[in-house]
Amino acid sequence: MKPFGYARPATPHEAATLLAERPGATALAGGTNLVDLMKLGVATPAMLVDLNDLPYGRIEHRPSGGAFLGATVRNSALAGDQGIRRRFPLLAQAVLAGASGQLRARATTAGNLLQRTRCVYFQDVGKPCNKRSPGSGCAAIEGSHRDLAVLGTSDACVAGHPSDMAVALAALDATVRLHSGVHLPLDDFYVLPGERPDRETVLRPGDLVEGVELPPPPRGAVMRYEKVRDRRSYAFALVSVAAVVATEPDGRLREVRLALGQVAPRPWRARRAEDALRGRRPTAESVRAAAREEFAAARPLPGNAFKVDLAVDLLTSVVLGLAGAEET
Amino acid sequence: MTRIERPAGVAGADLPRIEAREKVTGAARYAAEYRLPGMTYAWVVPAAVPRGLVRAVDATAALATPGVLAVLSHDGGGRNAAPRLRPQAPELALLQGPEIAYRGQPVAMVVAETPEGAREAAAAVEVRYQPEPHHVLLSRDEPDSYVPDTVNAGYPGTVETGDVDAALAQSPVVVDVTYTTPPQHAAPMEPHSATAAWEGGTLTVYHSDQAPWRTAVTLAELFGVPTEDVHVIADHVGGGFGSKAMVRPPTVLAALAARAVGRPVRLAVTRQQMFTLVSYRTPTVQRLRLGAGRDGRLRAVWHEALQQSSRLTEYCEQTVTPTRVMYATPSLRTVHRLARLDVPTPSWMRAPGKTPGMFALECAMDELAHALRMDPVELRLRNEPDLEPGSGTPFSSRNLTGCLREGAARFGWADRDPAPGPHRAGRWLRGTGVAAAMYPGYLRPCTATARAEPGGRFTVRVAGVDIGTGARTALTQLAAEALGVPPDGVTVEIGHSAYGPAPAAGGSAGLASWGTAVHRACRALLGRLAAAGGEVPEGGIEERAGTGEDIESRPELSRHSYGAQFAEVAVHAVTGEVRLERMLGVFAAGRIVNPRTARSQLLGGMCMGLSGALHEGLEVDPRDGDFANHDLATYHVASHADFRGAEVVLLEDEDPGLNEIGVKGIGELGIVGAAAAVANAVHHATGVRVRDLPIHPEDLRTPAGG
Repeated sequence: MKPFGYARPATPHEAATLLAERPGATALAGGTNLVDLMKLGVATPAMLVDLNDLPYGRIEHRPSGGAFLGATVRNSALAGDQGIRRRFPLLAQAVLAGASGQLRARATTAGNLLQRTRCVYFQDVGKPCNKRSPGSGCAAIEGSHRDLAVLGTSDACVAGHPSDMAVALAALDATVRLHSGVHLPLDDFYVLPGERPDRETVLRPGDLVEGVELPPPPRGAVMRYEKVRDRRSYAFALVSVAAVVATEPDGRLREVRLALGQVAPRPWRARRAEDALRGRRPTAESVRAAAREEFAAARPLPGNAFKVDLAVDLLTSVVLGLAGAEET
Repeated sequence: MTRIERPAGVAGADLPRIEAREKVTGAARYAAEYRLPGMTYAWVVPAAVPRGLVRAVDATAALATPGVLAVLSHDGGGRNAAPRLRPQAPELALLQGPEIAYRGQPVAMVVAETPEGAREAAAAVEVRYQPEPHHVLLSRDEPDSYVPDTVNAGYPGTVETGDVDAALAQSPVVVDVTYTTPPQHAAPMEPHSATAAWEGGTLTVYHSDQAPWRTAVTLAELFGVPTEDVHVIADHVGGGFGSKAMVRPPTVLAALAARAVGRPVRLAVTRQQMFTLVSYRTPTVQRLRLGAGRDGRLRAVWHEALQQSSRLTEYCEQTVTPTRVMYATPSLRTVHRLARLDVPTPSWMRAPGKTPGMFALECAMDELAHALRMDPVELRLRNEPDLEPGSGTPFSSRNLTGCLREGAARFGWADRDPAPGPHRAGRWLRGTGVAAAMYPGYLRPCTATARAEPGGRFTVRVAGVDIGTGARTALTQLAAEALGVPPDGVTVEIGHSAYGPAPAAGGSAGLASWGTAVHRACRALLGRLAAAGGEVPEGGIEERAGTGEDIESRPELSRHSYGAQFAEVAVHAVTGEVRLERMLGVFAAGRIVNPRTARSQLLGGMCMGLSGALHEGLEVDPRDGDFANHDLATYHVASHADFRGAEVVLLEDEDPGLNEIGVKGIGELGIVGAAAAVANAVHHATGVRVRDLPIHPEDLRTPAGG
């Protein structure tokens, strides 16, 4: 087998130094995705830098009503945290909608953000894939792509981001905190594939994710995560929606934050739809029109074209439900 | 057949699995857990093209990998040629020639000191191909398909009675519909593996196996040694669903590698490799034409199934055979068609033929019921035959109507709104569906030995195998019953080919076949003991008995189990997601030896049927012949959360025309008809008839804004 080094640094500085200076060093947290990819030969790190001894295993609730989620907080601990369940129920719902109990007990906050696409061609070293092997081609565009993305794709790659948790984080305006002190909104953290689908985030060697900062939710906000999937457990989404909505007494939407899962190479913040809805009183027609507007730039493929209508309908249903408006 | 008195409380008792504790504590050993001294590891190099020739295998880099012992291929590049095999099944002629018949076919194999080293070296083997144009995707119309004379299990390719064309033309109500089912993968929990060791001319294989004795026979033929010199051991097996009922390539490769390197070899198949190396269920395209009078009585039934096989072997699944058994009709035409493609050979997977065939027939019956505005239970009751329709043979026993009536009563069928959907209740559409189930009651030749040990204990040996079904426990109960002792007075030893000729744990024939032999051996032993005045000598007394030619000389009867499947589903009005609300299977399946494990078998079958309705389907990539979704994250099988509210009811079903233990077999009955019941319920809920499995959310959505 391919030999690889293993280090278990005790301090963030030591970890960041290893990640910066050792060629081919890769951070290891829960290992639920990385170790699978190593077994498949898709990931071939020269060194694993195990972050589990770093002080990133805690959830801190801020007096402001926000929270900090450490990079190595287990998904099961996150979903079970009483403060999270009370203030950010959307996030607990999203985490519990993903994977299985066993996987959630290992998987971490940062690992979940950085998990790789489940595109079948990415995971098979016998197949062309521009994300795994730049320039080799994309087997999915003319192959099996029912699960893959319709927004933000390129001619080089149509992979989708499979996370549930990250979709909720996007709707909660979360920022990723790096050891360097930089805070990155999720939209700035992820990069779209373009010509270089192997690059998925702005992280450079040596960058260390400390965790995720959640601002306080908008006053009076209600929130929900809905996931459509082929089976009722242990399946990635076909489409998911995370929505945070605050309504004025007269029914107008004071705040609306919407994110979509498994329709794009990153958790997709539906800002066009939000802009169309903010400050207005939602009706079935207006919400559906806003959702359609979000998908105006969609590039569906024959096998996943259904996702556009499905996402529009789901988004409409979730927003109307949260806003207390009747769906027609 | 003579009836015998059966003492109460032995067979028929709710006995927990004998090896339950071993299994839950991890003490039970599976094939890949045997460590032999000096053991080495094999890794397959799969063909990267679906059709063509291997031009050259360059093993230079692989052989330079530390710990590599051999890189075997058909010509070995001048060295490392694979040992020669005697002709047997074409897909087992591994590394014997340059021809490639399917993508993933082994073209070379690395043997190394560690599994990691073998895998690494396998990736370094350079294979040059001469590809040829390929055809891997079964279409609805295959011009080169043909009608085989016989199909799997020996059934005729075509059966025809009466004048179907005339009867269809004169039927006031006709349903003419085409269904498709995708290729499916058995996906047993335990992947296939073999650990093989030669000592001189004797081969021992620790094997994940549904048929240890058959495996020994096949390996003996391949390697040209006597069957008694091959020992196949399968103490515990983590599921098979047919994929382990016949020798597959990995087993042969392990024995081949062990012979080549002169050391024991383990070949453990990865989950990803399973999808091409150990068979799959054929896709089907099925056209059903049903003609009926307004009274619901069938006048014509025409069922045609197009399926695929490899270029290597003609395997034609018996998909239209249930239609020859199920419903009375004066005219019947049932035809199998087969297309030979550049694909792996499909093979047995739980209820071969019956699963896809009954999906199509039972959905078509539902469509006919709607066309007639007749209750689908009533339609089936009206078409109950007196004799087997395809052959005119009498039934040994048949209680389909009892299953339908009992199920309808328990399920609350009378309250059902007969109108087709949509039936909306809040955010969900709700509906119920029914389908019939059937499976043949096979009996296959088998031998067993029964020993009386000094001190009063008994030992019974039969080369059956427990693949998770509870067979070890049920056989113990049957042996104890025959011997007139409590179950803990008998030790049943199975899973070893050396115990003599025995059929597979397959075709739902295991318990009936092994159990009959065990019963006879125990009875013979009691006879000899009685003759000896009840004295057991120091070395014990042993009797061997079994079944053979007497099976063939039984009267001509149609021997089947029957059942009725009921399902209620909810379909999400916005997303199209299908949720099973409840499911009921009522079965008349002969005598039940152990109600606990029988229930599990039937529940498992129903769950697998649900899985086939909503989840399972291999996606063939027409470009390279690969199954694109070759892991359990992308080839979905039902999860626990999908299968809720399911119940099994077993009716009394005495069948004196079967065997002296009254056992019919239950391993496959539960899957048959289950997908149709779910699909019919989905139709009742939504008004949408999906004729192509699996049913996905997008098939059921009507975009609100569309």
